Amino acid sequence: MSNIPTIDTNLFVPRKRRRYINRVVFTLGTLALLLLISPSVWIIGQVLVRAIPHFSFSVITTNGVGLGGGLKNDIVGTTLITAGVGVVAGTIGILTGIYLSQFATGQVAGLLRGASEVLAGIPSIVIGYVGYIALVVHFHWGFSLGAGLITLSVMVIPYIAKTTEVSLRQVPSSYTEGAEALGFKPTRILRLITIKSALPGIVTGMIVALAISVGETAPLLYTAGYSQNMPHLAFTHSPVGYLTYAVWTFYNQPTVTAQRLSYDAAMLLIFMLLALIASSRIIVSRTQRHAETKG
Amino acid sequence: MVTRAISATESGSADNHFVPSVALGNNPIRIATAIVSTLPLLALGSILVVLFFNSLPAIKYNGFHFLTSKHWNPGNFYANPVTTNGVTHPILANYGAWPLIVGTLLSSLIAITIALPLSVGAALIVAKSLGPRLRNLLGVFFELLAGIPSVIFGLWGALTLGPLLARDVYPLLARHIPNVILLKYFRGTTGSGEGLLTSGIVLAIMIVPIIASTTRDLFLQVPKLTEDGASALGLTQWEVTRNVTFPWVSAGIIGATVLGLARALGETMAVAMISGSVLGSLPTNIYSTYTTIAATIVSQLDSALTDATGLAVDTLAEVALIIMVVTLLTNVGARILIKKVSTTSLPVGRGI
Repeated sequence: MSNIPTIDTNLFVPRKRRRYINRVVFTLGTLALLLLISPSVWIIGQVLVRAIPHFSFSVITTNGVGLGGGLKNDIVGTTLITAGVGVVAGTIGILTGIYLSQFATGQVAGLLRGASEVLAGIPSIVIGYVGYIALVVHFHWGFSLGAGLITLSVMVIPYIAKTTEVSLRQVPSSYTEGAEALGFKPTRILRLITIKSALPGIVTGMIVALAISVGETAPLLYTAGYSQNMPHLAFTHSPVGYLTYAVWTFYNQPTVTAQRLSYDAAMLLIFMLLALIASSRIIVSRTQRHAETKG
Repeated sequence: MVTRAISATESGSADNHFVPSVALGNNPIRIATAIVSTLPLLALGSILVVLFFNSLPAIKYNGFHFLTSKHWNPGNFYANPVTTNGVTHPILANYGAWPLIVGTLLSSLIAITIALPLSVGAALIVAKSLGPRLRNLLGVFFELLAGIPSVIFGLWGALTLGPLLARDVYPLLARHIPNVILLKYFRGTTGSGEGLLTSGIVLAIMIVPIIASTTRDLFLQVPKLTEDGASALGLTQWEVTRNVTFPWVSAGIIGATVLGLARALGETMAVAMISGSVLGSLPTNIYSTYTTIAATIVSQLDSALTDATGLAVDTLAEVALIIMVVTLLTNVGARILIKKVSTTSLPVGRGI
């Protein structure tokens, strides 16, 4: 930030004109903002408009049959996969975040952090392809819950690690110093003070990761496979259905029922997403009292 | 109240008052977390190794002209396989990735061209003229936009936006745009709505959260004193922005744009649903159907599995390796760029 800005505005241009330009630019900016808001309203609105008039609760209570039926198996599958990712990626991500914020220093920290950031940048289909080759084919797991949730976990661990690390770093050192002065053991400080104060951030990171797992398709297509039966609680050798697959596979089928299912699945995905965002806000405001006011 | 997951600015400035707990020494927590934290690195390493070794036969068979050839012919799976250069393959198998590479680059370029000015304009308004309450509300909104699954973007693009544009907008454009350099690609047949321009628009909407939220954080990070000084000199708000704010954050905006580009390059499902997934030909105008590397992997893996020699699957590993290297370079480049000029760290992946 050493470069001092040089001002090339000609202040002798009539004041009226400069004010006019100012107004034009900010009007254009407002237009840009509106232009960005409208498509997402349109997307969500379109899904609801196409799904609600035909929606019946049998969609939730019956399994898929060919190009028709319901989405019960997909809802259960998405829930299972997401829960599994929450456990696997949650554990690994939070522990990684703790290490990066509390212990790692210098080049080791840089390397681990860099690897995690790079991992998050890899296209999801590439991770899915590797999951297929390594887990489904090489480990002989077949299309399965295990292959799907581990592939997806690899994808979302960086998000959890990053948010955990950042929120642990934001805990003021006066908190830990105070506890140290009171004679607390370091492990107790970490557990009772540091992690507790950072909880809102950690929870938000977890929920972002869960939202991603609910909405991902590419990493699951060739790892979790697809099935219209209710998912078994088997880790391997049993393909699982999920909502995003229903959107992807039914949207361009020639029958009306199939297209409706596609929109139904899309609507359920949006509801799940909204529920996750809402729960993140509630949990954050509940846990907030342990943390210093932020933002 | 915490209104966004993490603002990028906070993560950078946090180091000021942070001291690692050295007191913990070599206790079990340290050792356990240290072991676990190597897992992302291991995962990254194994992804690279798996891709590299799986694509070796394809690299050997397809040779260098793979990058420039535009054929995509898996060969005859039913005839007896033959062996060339020590690689067993179906007879007449002939692969070229050029249309995939062109499609990936063009669609991302269109997306960036649309998304960058809109994101910067919107971020300007959010940072400069909105109060904190409305700003937070829009933050939530971008969070939601970032969270919409890409299949839903695909669904909307394929069934709503594409047909609408193809019916009402593209024919008008094609008829009235002058026949000059670059603009001439807007002329010609407009198709059904599946193609470059439609997917470019949808990709643009998908990468807006990354660019807009980072740019907003960068704008808010510019010292108030410097800006106020400039307006005290009599500059209008826009003049302050152009002369003080932009020079301060321009490299950061480039970083955020490159990160958005990486996301557009690797986007799979939405593109697979809107591109028309045409293999073996180059787009002729901006409405043409096409395909990208990521979309090809997702749409071709199913049929590739029926190739008993495995060459088709290995060829997909080769294109996966290409897109992986490209997105790695763009990602790392963006991060180096922004680290050099600003305390704002770039968001991870989708803009967190």
